[in-house]
Amino acid sequence: MAKKLVTLKVNGRTHEKAVEPRTLLVHFLREELNLTGAHIGCETSHCGACTVDIDGHSVKACTHLAVQCEGSDVLTVEGLANAGVLHAVQEGFYKEHGLQCGFCTPGMLVRAYRFLHENPNPTEDEIRHGMSGNLCRCTGYQNIIKAVQYAARQLQQAAVAHKEAA
Amino acid sequence: MNAPTDPTLLERTSALQGMGDSRLRKEDARFIQGKGNYVDDIKMAGMLHMDIVRSPYAHARIRSIDKSEALKIPGVIAVLTADDLKPLKLHWMPTLAGDVAAVLADEKVHFQMQEVAVVIAEDRYAAADGVEAVIVEYEELPVVIDPFEALKPDAPVLREDLAGKTSGAHGPREHHNHIFTWDAGDKDAADAAFAAAPVTVKEHIFYPRVHPCPLETCGCVASFDPIRGELTTYITSQAPHVVRTVVSLLSGIPESKVRIISPDIGGGFGNKVGIYPGYVCAIVSSIVLGKPVKWVEDRIENISSTAFARDYHMDGELAATADGKITGLRVNVVADHGAFDACADPTKFPAGLFHIVSGSYDIPAAHASVKGVYTNKAPGGVAYRCSFRVTEAVYLIERMVDVLAQKLNIDKAEIRERNFIRKEQFPYTSAFGFEYDSGDYHTALHKVLNACDYKGLREEQAAKRADPNCPTLMGIGLVSFTEVVGAGPSKMCDILGVGMFDSCEIRVHPTGSALARMGTITQGQGHQTTYAQIIATELGIPSEVIQVEEGDTSTAPYGLGTYGSRSTPVAGAAIAMAARKIHAKARKIAAHLLEVNENDLDWEIDRFNVKGDPTKHKTMKDIAWSAYNNVPAGLEPGLEAVHYYDPPNFTFPFGIYLCVVDIDRGTGETKVRRFYALDDCGTRINPMIIEGQIHGGLTEGYAVAMGQQMPFDAQGNLLGNTLMDYFLPTAVETPHWETDHTVTPSPHHPIGAKGVAESPHVGSIPTFTSAVVDAFAHLGVTNMTMPHNAYRVWQQLKASGVAL
Repeated sequence: MAKKLVTLKVNGRTHEKAVEPRTLLVHFLREELNLTGAHIGCETSHCGACTVDIDGHSVKACTHLAVQCEGSDVLTVEGLANAGVLHAVQEGFYKEHGLQCGFCTPGMLVRAYRFLHENPNPTEDEIRHGMSGNLCRCTGYQNIIKAVQYAARQLQQAAVAHKEAA
Repeated sequence: MNAPTDPTLLERTSALQGMGDSRLRKEDARFIQGKGNYVDDIKMAGMLHMDIVRSPYAHARIRSIDKSEALKIPGVIAVLTADDLKPLKLHWMPTLAGDVAAVLADEKVHFQMQEVAVVIAEDRYAAADGVEAVIVEYEELPVVIDPFEALKPDAPVLREDLAGKTSGAHGPREHHNHIFTWDAGDKDAADAAFAAAPVTVKEHIFYPRVHPCPLETCGCVASFDPIRGELTTYITSQAPHVVRTVVSLLSGIPESKVRIISPDIGGGFGNKVGIYPGYVCAIVSSIVLGKPVKWVEDRIENISSTAFARDYHMDGELAATADGKITGLRVNVVADHGAFDACADPTKFPAGLFHIVSGSYDIPAAHASVKGVYTNKAPGGVAYRCSFRVTEAVYLIERMVDVLAQKLNIDKAEIRERNFIRKEQFPYTSAFGFEYDSGDYHTALHKVLNACDYKGLREEQAAKRADPNCPTLMGIGLVSFTEVVGAGPSKMCDILGVGMFDSCEIRVHPTGSALARMGTITQGQGHQTTYAQIIATELGIPSEVIQVEEGDTSTAPYGLGTYGSRSTPVAGAAIAMAARKIHAKARKIAAHLLEVNENDLDWEIDRFNVKGDPTKHKTMKDIAWSAYNNVPAGLEPGLEAVHYYDPPNFTFPFGIYLCVVDIDRGTGETKVRRFYALDDCGTRINPMIIEGQIHGGLTEGYAVAMGQQMPFDAQGNLLGNTLMDYFLPTAVETPHWETDHTVTPSPHHPIGAKGVAESPHVGSIPTFTSAVVDAFAHLGVTNMTMPHNAYRVWQQLKASGVAL
């Protein structure tokens, strides 16, 4: 099949690759870029294990073509930590025991990252709805909710500190 | 000399992060940074991809398979069918249950989505193209979906390969679609109890077919090195050592040249115990082609063809006195095993440990009979987050006790209290012969009833029932379950002849860190964290410097794996015993260093003190160093031990669960208002992880009770095999969980631990049903079949005349 050139930014780095037009974004990330954090759990957009962030939106990479990302800015779980410092959502999942087998975790984290941009001070009910596109078979979600609440607190404190510093 | 600056004993204890500490998980660092290493993450040079051609029919004869178009597709390397496997005698394989299963369909398909051919290609897209291009001609045959239909004299013969075989692995076969009949207990005694009983109740209880559905599907990467004659396979397996033995037996490659690695596993829940055709085909393809071959199934394949759970049609009967004391139990089960008997049970138990069905109750006479039947459905019958068939057993007895309570108009808490095995009766031998190790059911029940104000809930319910305008029906579910886990004593339990022990090897390094290797494999349970905690407490080495490795058959000692809540009861015991061997040697070295007799030493947290003078001591860290340069004469250097633990008995965790539901009389929607779970798993290693396991198990139980089901039409089409149809609850539907505990250690386990992760699944499912049925109990309803989704509950509202 004829390949098509696609240029996109992933975790801040620009990649230019020739891909089959039918290549799914999740396969592109995992197999072309060796970013295996995003997982494949259902191929039907239901489980959210493949969730990545594209231009400020949570997207399920198993039902998105790589060529649709031409010119896009993509963030995956591998891009959440900054210079070895964990992002607040990563710290929250660790501290609150928000993961067990770890398979859903990358999608959960990337979704939580975007959700807390959308709603920095969510109620428990808002978290349950905001995270409902991501399935977890292990945790029963209760600690995932605590993890998101933990991250929300950390991010708010950081924002206040940033404001005061400014 | 150290006294003034010595840390307190408490600080020294907490520095170890040993048993009882809610230590954060060691495995998390890689998972939260996208650095897990699951099977599909593995890449090898020259790796090929395999995909599977599957049958659209549930029962059909294969007329022909045409590979030619597939082989023309760019990137397709090979197409294999049963005919290609026949010369290797690999077109059929033995199952764990003593039957055989087709690897690739041999002349006939027995269920929809059965494996018919495999395509190997350079990448997964080309393999998928190849699958589309393989042309298979089928001749449809009559389909049998219902196990009762399957047993009729004129039912179609499903397993032609078994023609004329009047006995199977578990005794005589009565019919061409009959697999086995298995009996437990004393039929005469049970019949006598029923004949003499003033009160009897009977109920037909169906436990639908469900699927464990871990978020990661099954798959493997097989790599055969033709020069060295070595096979390495990364595989989604809960039991890698058993896989190695089976692969060696099937392939003829010596076990020493087969390396099976279970890397990170994205959830198992029983789905990853069996050996699937995809694994066998990938391994064969790698051997034939001399290149690594990856196979990862998709979700539809996972739900359609890999191991299901339950599908038990159960008739339960209780005999009792007029005041509700149970005197007898009878159970008859028709078990739908699908096309091949591929249950994952200890070999001698074709219905697993179903005979725990007398539950938490002192029942003097009991009998159970289970009949296994072939149908045109996928094989399986695994323990979905439970010990073998324990979920079915607990569901049945808990439902039956509710039914009896209703008949006698006795409160469901009261009837349980009257029938519980009393604390002083332990160890207690049940009518089925299990020796329950320990329990205190009354204390646990009272704790839950008080915590939830059970009396107040019943008053609220009575008031609501009295109000005809109340928009909801309120139901209260109560369950008091006992599990049997930790399979198991090798005198009773084996898999393919290998006893169900487990193992641990510990090495303490010169600088005082340690490495432990285990025969189990974590799939989210957090073994790397909790196992280290056991060693920390036993040896006084901080958890932080204890590395736990599992899953690689080339490095780990032989073990039977992780399922049936056996890791803590069996492997956890192996750890403690291996550690105690090291401890005994360390004592000798300490005595040598301190120039005292061994008996003059006291162990204290992380060191040996000279009796009466703790200023003279040697820490485990000191001893570790000495073990490599200064040991007493006659003692080998080094500080290592291996222990293979064959448990003397099973363990019997228990719990009391209470659930309150409000059912919308207009829509049939069930809102779980409260769910309170008290678990007793004996000694608690890591309370944080226990709570997490309980949350997860309760959520899986909620899924089963309220929405999971695998529906088939008359042609054997599975009508719900994607996550569009198959219910996995999201954060929105999932209730809020409250947890509690009592601690009744197991007297026969080295650290008193019983296992916990499956209790919440086993215990919660009947609790939900108990609550939903309770909402209708005043209307004479005694049973409702799962799943209790809104439509089905609404149908009951209509039938009972209370729909709004």
